[in-house]
Parts: sequence; structure tokens; C-alpha cells
Amino acid sequence: MISELFSVTVLIGILASGIRLATPYLYAAIGETFGQKSGVLNLGVEGQMLLGAFAAFYVALTTGNLWLGVLTAMIVGALMGLAMAYVTVNLHAQQGISGIGFYLFGLGMSDLLFQKMLGTVETVKGFPKIYIPGLSDIPGIGEIFFSQNILVYLAYALVPIGWFVLNKTTLGLKIRSVGENPDAADSLGVSVARIRYFTIILGGTLSGVAGASMSIALLNVFQQNMTSGLGFIAVALVYFGAWRPVGVLGGALLFSLINSLQLWIQVLGIPIPSDIAVMMPYVLTILVLVATVSRVRAPSALTKPFEREN
Amino acid sequence: MQQKLGSLFDALLPVIATFAALAVGAVMLLFLKVNPIDAYAALWDGAFGSTNAFAETLVKATPLLLVGLGICISFRGDVINIGGEGQMIVGAVLATWVGLTFTGLPGWLVITLSMLAGFLGGAVWGGIPGVLKAYFNVNEILSTVMMNAIAVQLMNFLLRGPMIDPSQAELASKIPQTARLLDAFRLPRLAPTRLHLGALIAVILAIAVYVLLWRTTLGYRIRAVGLNPNASRYAGIKVQRYVVLALLLSGAFSGLAGATQVFGVNYRMITDGSASGFTGSAGFNGIVAALFGQLHPILTIPASILFGALLVGANKMQRVVQVPSALITALNGLVVVFVVSSEILRKRRQRRRLAIAGQEDDSPPPQPDDKKVNQAEAGA
Repeated sequence: MISELFSVTVLIGILASGIRLATPYLYAAIGETFGQKSGVLNLGVEGQMLLGAFAAFYVALTTGNLWLGVLTAMIVGALMGLAMAYVTVNLHAQQGISGIGFYLFGLGMSDLLFQKMLGTVETVKGFPKIYIPGLSDIPGIGEIFFSQNILVYLAYALVPIGWFVLNKTTLGLKIRSVGENPDAADSLGVSVARIRYFTIILGGTLSGVAGASMSIALLNVFQQNMTSGLGFIAVALVYFGAWRPVGVLGGALLFSLINSLQLWIQVLGIPIPSDIAVMMPYVLTILVLVATVSRVRAPSALTKPFEREN
Repeated sequence: MQQKLGSLFDALLPVIATFAALAVGAVMLLFLKVNPIDAYAALWDGAFGSTNAFAETLVKATPLLLVGLGICISFRGDVINIGGEGQMIVGAVLATWVGLTFTGLPGWLVITLSMLAGFLGGAVWGGIPGVLKAYFNVNEILSTVMMNAIAVQLMNFLLRGPMIDPSQAELASKIPQTARLLDAFRLPRLAPTRLHLGALIAVILAIAVYVLLWRTTLGYRIRAVGLNPNASRYAGIKVQRYVVLALLLSGAFSGLAGATQVFGVNYRMITDGSASGFTGSAGFNGIVAALFGQLHPILTIPASILFGALLVGANKMQRVVQVPSALITALNGLVVVFVVSSEILRKRRQRRRLAIAGQEDDSPPPQPDDKKVNQAEAGA
């Protein structure tokens, strides 16, 4: 039965769904990268994703307009980000703990709204596959890379965009300087608070899209706690990727490919305990953190509230 | 006088935060077209309305208190332990294994060994991130989150495979659960309710943690490292060792919480595939309780009872006014946000007090952190 895993059709299936499943990680983790680069750890990603997932699903279901769903998820995520920004920037609240608070809020709130407004698990017709003319006809490659839905393509587009903004623009320079040395940035006239508000709200917006990508593009359902820890992994991926969008992409693919492999193992009924397979990316993440942390430095001001000296 | 009022206000901050959260909850209830008074009345009734209700509240409060005690230790040491869920699971797995393996031994002995096994399992699961933080500089928030995920998969694997109930293994359904513990191995009930010995153990341990943190060298050093690691290092404290110890002890208490859930409430382990299926999110809610108790072990007792009450009352509220108990999860989140946000008020007042003290004796204002560390060392 194991040999079935290595048939071409199955391999293509594993790769194609692996590429697809990286989508929510990418949105959430690239958003989180911006936040952390500016010195803010947002642990509430999971909560933002859950509320975004519900908002997108509900709007898509009731209006039939998928893009309106994505937009609503973005607004919901941005509002959560705004609250997070106020609490961490203005009130100097401990970032890790307030993030847990926002997580619990999103977890409870999305469940509450789901039960009150929908009640049962329904499905929605999600974003259709887009076949890129010409490329999608290439055997294998076409199915893996060029027959995905629009939110998948956009997620991958975020990687170079994120890299470009962070490393090649004035805005990116400001974000990095606020995360490395807020005092110096402040004395040069960069508003630390404004930059951090921007990155946290951006992170929330992208987390909302991450949730939407699950509920109306990948799984096309909403369930209680449907992210089941994915948002926390997205935060870890930022460390894993050493605060670089490309590194984040690598980590996201690692998790999603192993997930996809494990799903196929179950589908094919291969008697390998899938729990152990699911465990592997987490173990690997810890090992990678151990191996890289001494060489890669986190933004100096990460988790430190900024206060102007007198 | 003003100072007294100030510290009273500080002490009441969490209570104010809770009322603020409940007020937000009331607004949400109005949106859901539910009378908030009816809803909160049902909540109160469900939590305190009868002997059984109150006993349930205490049963729910027990794991929150145990996890919360661990949180008091680690947060005081400036180590953020988010791994309560995983530590509970590993503690419970190890304790259950003891309970299912040593069936020939007397009940009191197996119970004791199992509780110790739970403590040990949690200690290992907390100790690993501790070592990673102290010696490899790995952020403990991340590693504990990862350890949670690993623990869940470990539990799923064990309960579906090696530790599955033998009678389930033969059935096609294969419900992922262990065999039931022998009746003799159950934690004794404290009253003709579901309240079990675990609650009493938790309260005794709360006192023990208070003594540990404020009356022993170990506790002083953990707190000193938390207040100012650099000053502690200059004072000759081996900072890394106390970082590991803070996380290890924190995990141990969560592990014990997991063990008491199996031996006092469920009498077996069963998984629905998620962490909260076993823990009921106590690993997170224990953080809420400890923060609410201002990271003081004794104050964490009433805080745990409060959140236990909210959880139990939420079920009643769900039945009576059809408001999903998820509302309470959301409100718990708000309490956390409000409590950590209100810290700034306390800090501002503290700074003002220091500034005034500085003006009075005409000397530069003292460095609060170093001073506290010196005191801590002097006490040690």
C-alpha cells in the first residue's frame, strides 16, 4: 500500500494540496512578520483568523459574494488589530498575554456568532480554481502550481511583495528601525506609535484574510475552532523564517506539505499512525529554532513597549 | 491616606476589569436580543444556586487553580508559560499509565504515585522549553505552543494505539480512550457531590507556593531573576538555572492539574483529537485566573473559583436563555486584555510615588528593580 504513495497521481495530489494548504499560513505569518519587524509580537493571530473566517463565510453565504466576504474578513481583522495596537502601543500592555486575551476573545466570539447566526455546519461554494492559460496544461506542474484559486495565488504573491516593502522602501526602513532601535527612529522624526499601529492593523487584516482563505477558498465550511492552532503556528513560522518572507514561505510549505502527506495517508488507508506524522513539523520547528536562534537575531525591540524618555 | 486609596484601587483593578467585561457581555447579549439580567441570573444560579452547583464550580476551579499556581511561579520569574495545555496532557498521560499499570497495589499508594507521575510529566514538558530558553535562547512562548501541539498528537497516538481501552480495540468504532481506572484509584470525594480531594490538594499547594515564593531562597531567586536578570547575575544568581526551574515547576503544577482531572473527574482519558477536548482549555484559563489573582498564589484561589463559576454558570445560561457558553470564553479573553491593559495605571502611580519619595529626601529617585533584587538577596 505504501507504494501507492509514490504513484505519480498521488504525488501530484500531495504537492498540489500542499501548495494550497500553505495559503493561510502565508497570509497570517507575513502579516505577523511586519508586526514583529516593528517590535510587536501579536499572539492573537488565531483569534483574528477565527473571526475573519466566520465573517467571510457568513457574508459569502448570505450575499453570495465571495469578495465581499474577503473584504468583511479584512475589516474584522483590522478592527481586532486596531484594538491590539491601542492596548500594546498606548497602554504598554504585555504583548504575549494580551495576545492570549485576543485569542480567547476571537475563539469565543466566532463560536458564539456561529451558533447564534448559523447554528449548523453549512457549506458555501468557494473561490473556483483558476487555470492559467497554457501553463495549467503542463503535465503535473500545471496541476500543482497553475490550477489553484485566486486566494492561493495572492498568498504567494505576498512573499515578494512583503520582501520588497520591508527591504526596498522607506516604509520598510522605518518599520525595521522602529523594531531595532525605537529611540533612534523617534529622534529622527519617525513616529514609533504610527508605524506600529500600521503594522499591527496590517497584520490583523492579513490574519482576517487567512481565516477567509480557510472558510471560503480551501475548506468552504465554518466550524468552531476550525483553525485549531494554525494561527499559533503562523507566529512560530516568523521565528522559523528568521523574520524574512522567504524563510516564512519555506516554513509554511514544510507544514503544509507534511499536512497534505498525512491527509493522503489517511485517504489511502495506509496503516501509519498519522498522529506521529502531524507531530513532526512541530518537533522540527523547535529543532530549527534551536539551530538558528544563536545565529539569527530577533528585532531588538520585539515585545518592548516604547516610551519616550522625558 | 491617598496612598492607601491608591493601593486599594490597585487591588480592585481586576474586579473592575471583570465588571467591564461583563458590561461588554451585557451589550453583546442585548444585540442577541437576550435580557442580560436574565442571562446573568441564570449564570449565577448555575454556579452558586445549589450545593451541587457550587461543588461543580469548585470542581472546575481545581485545574484552574493548579495551572494558575504554576503560572504564578513562572510569570514571577518573567517566563511566559503558554504550555499549560500540553503539560496537563502529558501529566495526565503519565498518571493514567501508572493507574492502569500498577493495579495490584493499594489505592492510596497508586493515587499518590499517580499524582507524582502527573507532577513529573508536567515538569518534563515544562522543563524542556525551560532548558531551550535558558541555554539555547529559544523564545518560551513559541516552544511552549509547539510543545502543546506535540502533546496533543502524543495523546492521540497513545489513546488510539498503545494505551487504547482493550475492549475498544476489538470494536470497529475504536473510540480513542483508555480503560477505566479501578474504583479504588479514584480521588476520594469530599462531600456527597462530585467535589474531590484534588480541590483540597490545590488549596494546600496554594499555601505551599506562597511559602515557596516569599519564604524560601529558591522563591526569592526566581522572583529576583524575574525582576531584573542582569542585577541578579551580578548578585551571583545563576540566572539560567532559575529560568529552567521556573518553567519546570510551572509545568509540574499543570501536569498535576491533568492528573487530578483523570483521577478525580473522568476516571479515564478520552480524546476528541484536540487539546481542549481533554483540558477544557484550563491550560489557558489558568493563566487568566493567575493574572486575575495578581500572580499571588493565595489570591489565585478566589480568582479560580470565579472563573470556575463562570464556566459552570455558562452551561446553565446556555440552557435557560439559549446563549452559547462560548460567550464566556470571549469574556474571559476580554478580562485578560483589560487586566493587562490596566497595569499601566498601577505602574504610573508607583512611579509617581517614587518620584515624590525622591523629592522628599532630596536624593535621586531609587532604581526600583535593583533595589528589589538587593532586598530579595538580603532576604535570602
